[in-house]
Amino acid sequence: MRFVDEFRDADKAHALAAKIAALCEPGRQYKLMEVCGGHTHTIYKHGLEDYLPESITLVHGPGCPVCVIPMGRVDDAIHLASQPDVIMTSFGDMMRVPGSGGSFFDANAEGTNIRMVYSPLDSLKLARQNPGKQVVFMAIGFETTAPSTAMTMIRAAAEGLKNFSVFCNHVTIVPAIKAILDSPDLRLDGFIGPGHVSTVIGCRPYEFIARDYGKPVVVAGFEPLDILQSIYMLMLQLSQGRSEVENQYARVVPWDGNIVALKAIGQTMELRPYFEWRGLGFISHSALQVREKYAAMDAERLFQVPGVRVADPKACQCGEVLKGVLKPWECKVFGTACTPETPIGTCMVSPEGACAAYYNFGRMNRSRVAEAAQVGRP
Amino acid sequence: MSRWIDEALAEHAQAEHEHSAHEPLTPAGRAELPLAEAQDREQQVLDRIDRARRRRPKVREERVTMSHGAGGKATHTLIEAVFLDAFRNPLLEPLEDAAALQVNGARIALTTDSYVVSPLFFPGGDIGDLAVNGTVNDLSVSGARPLYLSAGFILEEGFPVAELTRLAESMRDAAAAAGVHIVTGDTKVVQKGKADGCYINTAGVGVIERDIDLGVAHAQPGDAIIVSGPIGDHGVTIMLARGELDIEADIESDTAPLNHLVAGLLDQVPSVRAMRDATRGGVATILNEIARAADVGVLVSEDDIPVRAEVRGASELLGIDPMYVACEGRLVAVVPGQDAEAAVAALRAHPLGEQAAVIGHVRQEQPGIVQLKTAFGGTRIVDLLVGDPLPRIC
Amino acid sequence: MCLGIPGEVIELHPDQPDLAKVDVSGVRRLINIGLLADDPPKPGEWVLIHVGFALSKIDEHEAAAALAFLEGIGQAYEDEIAALKESLIE
Repeated sequence: MRFVDEFRDADKAHALAAKIAALCEPGRQYKLMEVCGGHTHTIYKHGLEDYLPESITLVHGPGCPVCVIPMGRVDDAIHLASQPDVIMTSFGDMMRVPGSGGSFFDANAEGTNIRMVYSPLDSLKLARQNPGKQVVFMAIGFETTAPSTAMTMIRAAAEGLKNFSVFCNHVTIVPAIKAILDSPDLRLDGFIGPGHVSTVIGCRPYEFIARDYGKPVVVAGFEPLDILQSIYMLMLQLSQGRSEVENQYARVVPWDGNIVALKAIGQTMELRPYFEWRGLGFISHSALQVREKYAAMDAERLFQVPGVRVADPKACQCGEVLKGVLKPWECKVFGTACTPETPIGTCMVSPEGACAAYYNFGRMNRSRVAEAAQVGRP
Repeated sequence: MSRWIDEALAEHAQAEHEHSAHEPLTPAGRAELPLAEAQDREQQVLDRIDRARRRRPKVREERVTMSHGAGGKATHTLIEAVFLDAFRNPLLEPLEDAAALQVNGARIALTTDSYVVSPLFFPGGDIGDLAVNGTVNDLSVSGARPLYLSAGFILEEGFPVAELTRLAESMRDAAAAAGVHIVTGDTKVVQKGKADGCYINTAGVGVIERDIDLGVAHAQPGDAIIVSGPIGDHGVTIMLARGELDIEADIESDTAPLNHLVAGLLDQVPSVRAMRDATRGGVATILNEIARAADVGVLVSEDDIPVRAEVRGASELLGIDPMYVACEGRLVAVVPGQDAEAAVAALRAHPLGEQAAVIGHVRQEQPGIVQLKTAFGGTRIVDLLVGDPLPRIC
Repeated sequence: MCLGIPGEVIELHPDQPDLAKVDVSGVRRLINIGLLADDPPKPGEWVLIHVGFALSKIDEHEAAAALAFLEGIGQAYEDEIAALKESLIE
């Protein structure tokens, strides 16, 4: 597969690993955060940590848009799905996320009609095919996915569809990163920046991290070599005392982002004054809602959602995992009461969640590639 | 909902308490606590998880969900907690693809499967082919020569007779290709809205003539794990055939009867320890069944697992892993290490086994766990999935 | 959520300008290219596909540059390993 296989080449990995190890100052520990859940997934799926020296720790960040959805919003979605003649549509990632009364799969067992779709356009198709039903699309994702929801809404309006609406749960990445930076619990040395969010918002929004907080940021692609190269670029910056925003994923990410996408979002959505993030609490201007102009497609206006705040189960430590304060295996219920089959929290059930990634892929004692630590030393 | 959380917490806490109570005491009578460095702490957690995984499964849900039908963890838990618990007997316990029975001195294999695939007709076959081949294969991988099948039909009111006839003809042809006979059956009709057109159940009987005792519990460190061909064809075909994804590809279901392939293998390599039909849950599920049943470790190599380019492309596009996608004409075999080459050669001698390959080995380390060496060179675990985002593949 | 896959544009839809057929390893799908309206892709160009939409064009020059960097590192590594081996022999 072009543009994929070349970036999974094991030989080049050894070379990069050696370079990275060579840049580690003896006695110093490095903590690098990968913000994006997709990066967490890749890191574990390809066994990337095997190529890193002991002194570099990867801290998993909150960039998993499923993980940060509070239980109350899942309940709201199920409430919507329970209304007469409603077909709820959702990405596969959401189907097993637990609300206070169960997940979408559980709700279907009780009689709702929640269908999995691959694209918001599939929801539109369903709406066209089922004129007697109300088709609601549960929109989740960061700025990566928001433009697709936006374009779908614009298209629905152009077609004059009356039975399609969106339950908007899009969130924005910068406030989450800022919450991490301002958190007293964490000392990070640098950030592996989100890859696909950046195709939309560009690289400029991260400049404040380098400028005001003095931490280097490298926007990274999703193949294992992309991530390794990004780590190398971060280590190079650190060793040279620089803190800048760099773009490793230049083949896909334009520095200025995608204007058309940003315009589409702006046309259909606006920032909410505040939104609750699981584990991070209420963050202002961190999420999107449907604009007044598109009110006829706003599920929250068309239907009454209960909007009840549901506290996370006491045993759940997702919040700390999302902030990178705890590693998945440090959570008290990890792997025992909380497993992918019996998830207590979102980190365990989302395919990009740190706990799911660690449980499904990384649950073993790692033997770092010994070569990496030795070759390259003077 | 949080009720089950409190129960689960209490259960695990109790089990851990009992575990520590059984820790061997030093002569002085106190439990010796190991020094806890970060790595040791992580290892302790990993041990705790291992213990949790070995405990008897409980079904937490109050109702059956689609996950229970996917062939993954939820299915296994349901089977063990509900069916095994109720029907418990030594013949059922191995939970192999077929039960091995003794009837008046003859060794017989008995199996059953239900087919609920949607759509009924797809590139490469239909529900009728699946029904015959699936049962023939379950018998074959149990070391039996498949002989007779039953076929039970549950038809939806309004289902076209012409389509039913097509299915019957498919089954006739599939049975002829496999050399088996459909000797008894049943027909029921249910109201419009149920049965999705047609559900089929087949049961099969075969005779075990060879002096072999196959079972995944027999796997031993040093054994080679072989797959008979490229994986994931069937599941991806079904997903695409549903038409919901607007994807076109030249992929066909791999549904096929494996009895001749298996006979060829067993003729050349009588030392085969186990075979499994890779269906729902894919190759990954079988690897985990081996690791669990024999309490061994399994290490496979991503580079060695055959996958068609289009199956890989579709899987990447959809974000799924071919290792978990159903096949319907592939087997996984466990053979002693020194016989691996002969086994691959025997499989490749047959058209259905052209791309047979060794994908990994059984080992002593990390018992119960399946590990994968990725194409990238790192290692990761391959666990059972809970459910599966592909409802009804077979 | 971050799942984005590179695909090659095969043809533009004759009737609908915001749709195009892409190929990923022999698998074809119609996707919406509306987000690239400022610089629509032509057949033969590669795009990043995410939930049925093209999010960005893949810049072949940048891809080549990234690979060249990795090759370079790989070569330097090979040289170093060779040098290391030689020094051991001595």
